[in-house]
Amino acid sequence: MSLPPTIRPAGDHSVLIELEGNDAVQRLAAGLEARRGSELEEIVPGHETLLLVWREGAPPIGAIEQLISGAELTAEASAQPAEIELRVRYDGPDLAAVAESCGFSPEELATRHLACRYRVGFIGFSPGFAYLLGGDPALQPPRLAEPRTRVPAGALAIAGPYSAVYPRSSPGGWNLIGSCDELIFNEARNPPALLTAGMAVRLVAK
Amino acid sequence: MSVTIEVIKAGALTTVQDLGRPGFAHLGVPRSGAADRSSLKLANRLVGNAEGAAALECTLIGPSLRFDDEALIAITGAEISARLDGEEVALNSAVGVAAGALLELATTSTGLRSYIAVRGGIDAEPMMGSRSSDLLSGLGPAPLKAGQTIATEEPLGEVPAIGVAPVAPPVDIPLLQVVAGPRADWFADDALALLAASSWEVSSDSNRSGVRLVGPELPRLRHDQLHSEGMAHGAIQVPASGQPIILLADHPTTGGYPVIAVVAVADLDAAGQLRPGQRMRFAIN
Repeated sequence: MSLPPTIRPAGDHSVLIELEGNDAVQRLAAGLEARRGSELEEIVPGHETLLLVWREGAPPIGAIEQLISGAELTAEASAQPAEIELRVRYDGPDLAAVAESCGFSPEELATRHLACRYRVGFIGFSPGFAYLLGGDPALQPPRLAEPRTRVPAGALAIAGPYSAVYPRSSPGGWNLIGSCDELIFNEARNPPALLTAGMAVRLVAK
Repeated sequence: MSVTIEVIKAGALTTVQDLGRPGFAHLGVPRSGAADRSSLKLANRLVGNAEGAAALECTLIGPSLRFDDEALIAITGAEISARLDGEEVALNSAVGVAAGALLELATTSTGLRSYIAVRGGIDAEPMMGSRSSDLLSGLGPAPLKAGQTIATEEPLGEVPAIGVAPVAPPVDIPLLQVVAGPRADWFADDALALLAASSWEVSSDSNRSGVRLVGPELPRLRHDQLHSEGMAHGAIQVPASGQPIILLADHPTTGGYPVIAVVAVADLDAAGQLRPGQRMRFAIN
């Protein structure tokens, strides 16, 4: 058994639960989701945290601890995560610069980037924007010094330990190494987000 | 009967808002909805709508609206002068509007956001269960534009017998209660005391995503990068500048700046009324 997670207050309606790594975040989120009542409004995974928001004020800390330990037991038995394949092209405007800064040719970068097994760590920044974990440690360029005012929808991007596909056109500071035609987020679709936290993602060259 | 309304002037920023789309933060979708929920609910109650019906949220400079049909309206929220065919109308009251009448809102004198509820509720295509305009994500109807026509839905239920609500007058320097954490330990020991002791000026950079404050720099203890984590409504995020930002209705669902404290839910509506240029204070709960 690992240490019990740290529970930090986040106002009077929510708590931030600090966990050891994103796997623990996914396990606890799945366990809480399975036994969630209507009183819990949001369960928001982060990289190493889970934010819980209650509709009518957070319960006392003892009740939260019970909820967490119960959810961790449920989570042990939960099924394998769903897997999804995304077809991508390595044709982004920052591909050459990122490859050079990491000491690879663009082709080597693409091969290394495709070889990783990714998992959606969490969604944030904008609707459906999935932070993919599990990237190659040799491919961790910092964010751009000057963010772009407009990144096109479908841009495949990397920054630090994360990879992502921009779901829609937005400002953005990540390095654009490629593109993907998949519709990542559509508010009229059910469910609206193609990628959700915990999902396994395989990139394949188009 | 449905009411048709012509937008003569849109005002500084007028959007359609209801109580938002809760339950989608894990997909990166902000709750959105009225920045001052109790004022939205009150306006709806006054005209006999469900509390969460869609209404207009006006920002600072209100719109001018021509009612093509007879209607029942209520204006709540910020202190503002509102005229119906030139006659001043009361706030926080149900007001009958004759067909063809022109409603003109001036500029708020105290507070930032006014709500105009029309009996029946504003008709708009719901997206993920809400008609709210989320300006961060681009979900929901676009802000109102001059020349556009909007309409209400068919009203349901009775017109309430009481058409006036007592509302406490706004205060000059709002005091928002906050709960310390979740990342108060990322700041120097005196940062929380400084947060509570200072008078903060509301920056003109503020919007529906966040209220930016200007004041003394809140000193950080840790300067490493915080991994992105879920953000609560009312979270007081402190970027590298040391100048706090209170997250409002359209806030990003995750963020990488440490949160020193979070505004108590009871004071979130007051945060939604903070007006650029005014001063405000915090009290640690």
